[in-house]
Amino acid sequence: MSAAHDHGHDGHPPVTRSGYLIGFGLSVVLTAIPFWLVMTGTLGSAAATGYTIMGFALVQVVVHAIFFLHLNPKAESGWQFMALIFTIVVVVITLIGSLWVMYHMNVNMMPGTADSASGM
Amino acid sequence: MANAPTMTDAQGLPVFLDMHEHDHEAGGSTMLGFWIYLMSDCLIFAMLFAAYGLFGTSYAGGPKASEIFELPLVAVNTSMLLLSSITYGFAMIAMQDRKKSAVLIWLAITGLFGAAFVGIELSEFAHLIGEGATPQRSAFLSSFFTLVSTHGLHVSFGIIWLITLMVQVGRYGLTAANQRRLMCLSLFWHFLDVIWIGVFTFVYLLGVLR
Repeated sequence: MSAAHDHGHDGHPPVTRSGYLIGFGLSVVLTAIPFWLVMTGTLGSAAATGYTIMGFALVQVVVHAIFFLHLNPKAESGWQFMALIFTIVVVVITLIGSLWVMYHMNVNMMPGTADSASGM
Repeated sequence: MANAPTMTDAQGLPVFLDMHEHDHEAGGSTMLGFWIYLMSDCLIFAMLFAAYGLFGTSYAGGPKASEIFELPLVAVNTSMLLLSSITYGFAMIAMQDRKKSAVLIWLAITGLFGAAFVGIELSEFAHLIGEGATPQRSAFLSSFFTLVSTHGLHVSFGIIWLITLMVQVGRYGLTAANQRRLMCLSLFWHFLDVIWIGVFTFVYLLGVLR
């Protein structure tokens, strides 16, 4: 079995040292900044810090997907990417749905609150 | 029907298109199958994150997140996992260059970083339980321990898998089957790193903020 056959098939390009080092450098920066923001409280308000670090997490997930997981829309004839998109859709629906439903359960159905008593 | 292509060969025998399908090489679909397993694992973690999102402030009069989390320790733990990711990457590059001993050395370093991560996490758990912040104390602590220890168990099994592969590579070399296994573990290891991004952001950093 030739070396080219080992690494050229299924749309998996060869991995490179520079690719891993770029990914590692980016992920160190994207990890250090959120920790620094929370530990020093530079941004002042907790809400602003919270949204900022969630943004950093999202960017870091994309960086890891590209440089470490080597995600590629063409790998495995596109089925790998398709499975990922499907999973993201299911995760978003279940996460937002669970949080939304349970939040309203907490707000509207707590026993003994004024709202539920007046609604009787 | 006159225009229908004739599905017969030179001897006039019928030809079935399926007969011309090429043989798939052994293990050719393993990477896609393993990826689909990882996606289903992702759903498990999504449910645990959802549970933590719901119970993250249900302290039941017990300790709050900002009172028990030590961010410097979490930062050290995160760097252990990040370093193990880059060293696994170097193992994959060594595999590509067919350097068996370099693969084994990088895998061993990756395993040590992974073990350090699990060790720090266990000492954090022991410290929390010693302070009375046990999983039984509140819904917040139940969901915290479930989510973080599920991730820690994944890393622990990853280390066992890594040691198994080191024995395999050491004994049989960088065969096609062993390369495929190393690529699967690579996906698994980097996937756990992605999950950890969610854990340190949503559990530790956001927990300290509120």
